Amino acid sequence: MELTGAEIVWECLIQEGVDLVFGYPGGAILPAYDALSSYPQIHHVLTRHEQGATHMADGYARATGKVGVAMATSGPGATNLVTGLGTAMLDSSPVVCITGQVPTSVIGHNAFQEADITGVTLPITKHNYLVTSVEELAFSIREAFYIARSGRPGPVLIDLPKDVQTARTDFHYPTGEINLPGYRPVPEAPEDKIGHARKLIRSAERPVILAGRGVLLSGAVDELREFAERTQTPVGLTLLGKGCFPEDHPLCLGMMGMHGAGHANHAVQEADLLVALGMRFDDRVTGNLTTYAPKARKVHIDIDPSEIDKNVVVDVGIAGDLKQTLSVLLSEIEPIEHGDWVERIRRWRDESEDRELLNQVLQSPELKAAEVVHDLWTLTGGKAITVTDVGQHQMWVAQYYAHSPEHALITSGGMGTMGFGLPGGIGASMGRPDDEVWVVAGDGGFQMTLAELATAVQERVNVKIALVNNGYLGMVRQWQELFYEKRYNATPMVSPDFCALAAAYGIPAVRVTERDQIEPAVRQAQACDDGPFLIEFVVEQHDVVFPMVPAGSDLHDMIRRPKSESAHEKEIQS
Amino acid sequence: MTTRYTITALVENRPGVLNRVVSIFRRPGLNLDSLTVGRTDRPEVSRMTMVLEGSKADAQHVKRELNRLIHVITVEDMNGTPYVTRDLALIKVKATPDTKSEILQMCGHYRARIADVAASSILIEIVGEEPDIEGLAALLKPFGIIEMVRAGVVAMGRAENILDTHCERSSWAEQRFPLEKAS
Repeated sequence: MELTGAEIVWECLIQEGVDLVFGYPGGAILPAYDALSSYPQIHHVLTRHEQGATHMADGYARATGKVGVAMATSGPGATNLVTGLGTAMLDSSPVVCITGQVPTSVIGHNAFQEADITGVTLPITKHNYLVTSVEELAFSIREAFYIARSGRPGPVLIDLPKDVQTARTDFHYPTGEINLPGYRPVPEAPEDKIGHARKLIRSAERPVILAGRGVLLSGAVDELREFAERTQTPVGLTLLGKGCFPEDHPLCLGMMGMHGAGHANHAVQEADLLVALGMRFDDRVTGNLTTYAPKARKVHIDIDPSEIDKNVVVDVGIAGDLKQTLSVLLSEIEPIEHGDWVERIRRWRDESEDRELLNQVLQSPELKAAEVVHDLWTLTGGKAITVTDVGQHQMWVAQYYAHSPEHALITSGGMGTMGFGLPGGIGASMGRPDDEVWVVAGDGGFQMTLAELATAVQERVNVKIALVNNGYLGMVRQWQELFYEKRYNATPMVSPDFCALAAAYGIPAVRVTERDQIEPAVRQAQACDDGPFLIEFVVEQHDVVFPMVPAGSDLHDMIRRPKSESAHEKEIQS
Repeated sequence: MTTRYTITALVENRPGVLNRVVSIFRRPGLNLDSLTVGRTDRPEVSRMTMVLEGSKADAQHVKRELNRLIHVITVEDMNGTPYVTRDLALIKVKATPDTKSEILQMCGHYRARIADVAASSILIEIVGEEPDIEGLAALLKPFGIIEMVRAGVVAMGRAENILDTHCERSSWAEQRFPLEKAS
């Protein structure tokens, strides 16, 4: 069957199981858009900015486990994808972006709306393609999906010159196993190393499991739980790992790292064995590497061999699929008790409880973001998909919303992309329309991509937006308070009347300023099932996320919340 | 502490691969002291030799990141295994009737060949390890080096130290890149 390149694009997407594409048309991608009307199986979502399209594809991918697809034109359309690609790259999210390009005859001539997008995105994609002939198009698309979703997932970009879209060729979708000589997505975990890891696990007295997003990606949730319970090993979570281990489990330490739980960080620093599973020892997790877990032997299992010994040099590094490796490892692990160690951690945990904001009698009447997130968690029964933006509210969601495998946290962890929340949430909601989806965003990040409110309205996306407004770029302000002698340069922020703004988009909205207003507002949002709903939570302006390990400091060197609120006030004033 | 690391890689012979490889060095600001690329006995596979002046951590970083590239088939750090290196240089040096015989004598000592002789210069071709080339260049310097070019270092492990070229061409590759197109 002879088809144009434009038709081949849609045929291939259908073959890959795609039924939803987020994008923004323009000159160089117009042939592809023109052919779209012949493919009613594919629903195209017009975003308000190409960055929104990549975040939506990313949010969709994270919520469904399928590949998210974004489409844009050449030049500025393509460069607007960059932040979204970087975000997907650092969080291992399977996204395929298709960009228009100027015709092959003028590539390199600075033609109108030309950008060297394969050059630009080379370091922030798992792989990319410049398709120079229509004959290779179907192969490139099939490879792109394969690379995006296999092994450690990641974004792939396909750059498609206009003349390739209009050229014709005989089309048949390439079948058979894809075998790329330089790409081994799932390395075979060596038996001897698994054996070595077992020995370390058997002889450990103070073990801690560090669990990351790889547990979710590999589907190793059950194996992780079995491992933790059989060996009575406490589990610390990374930000993106939230959801891979039940947070109400007695062995769960909660999140580790810069804003991790105090007891989680103490446990890591005192451990004699770390078993790192599907995580990459990010600097936000480790703090100062030279003093990180100094007493611990380290076992690291990850699907990406390049992560082994990268940030932390380990005793046993195993590159392999986590689910498979853990089940082999567990086949010869007998039950172990670590009563003294668990008891010791409990004492650290008690201290965390003493310092816990929600356990204190608050003196200021202002609403706390922690209360907002906590109540949102209880009112949704922990069964909502939470998609955050980046900043203080993100850390409060990590601390006060307990996640589960079916409703894991969706957030820009590695890249820390402000503006991810709203489009990410729209993508997540469109991928899982039957789930309750909450976007939690700050007033800063929300304003970076709020144009996508119109997308949510046009598509009648049932996304609920919890806008946590503290009138500042809160996390930057927090750094200024703690490390820059309270010089609040460029962080106070004037915002529009968000409820009026929502009304302009035709979105129902309410403003909440007191804790007892939270429940009725959330209930109202939950009752709304025909498009977005926005709640603006006006919260205390100078709140601080505790604990905090200053960047580059030792992990145990945490700035903690004082044990009582009055003492905290005193310290702030002094 | 900086050391010279000789890293060899087999890569797919496709557009843009060199750019991807070089980007790994550029990103952390590492300098490639020498880089050679050429086809192997299989037209769809090229072999690269990269010489990096850097720390052990730099070399490990480069090796790790190169392995992540889809088009890179195999990467080896040659340091620590016995291997042979060769570089080739062309050196054009000023020569007068008075100095010519002395220059030719030096070339003989270094087993360098005379590639061209002109009225006032000699073009010398030397193949050898880097110290040989640098040694000859140092000796020729007083006569006046007009220009010099080096091909870059190529390296190969001795005996059983083989960079595996035995990956079979997959049926996918047969479909995607029929051989007459690849060559």
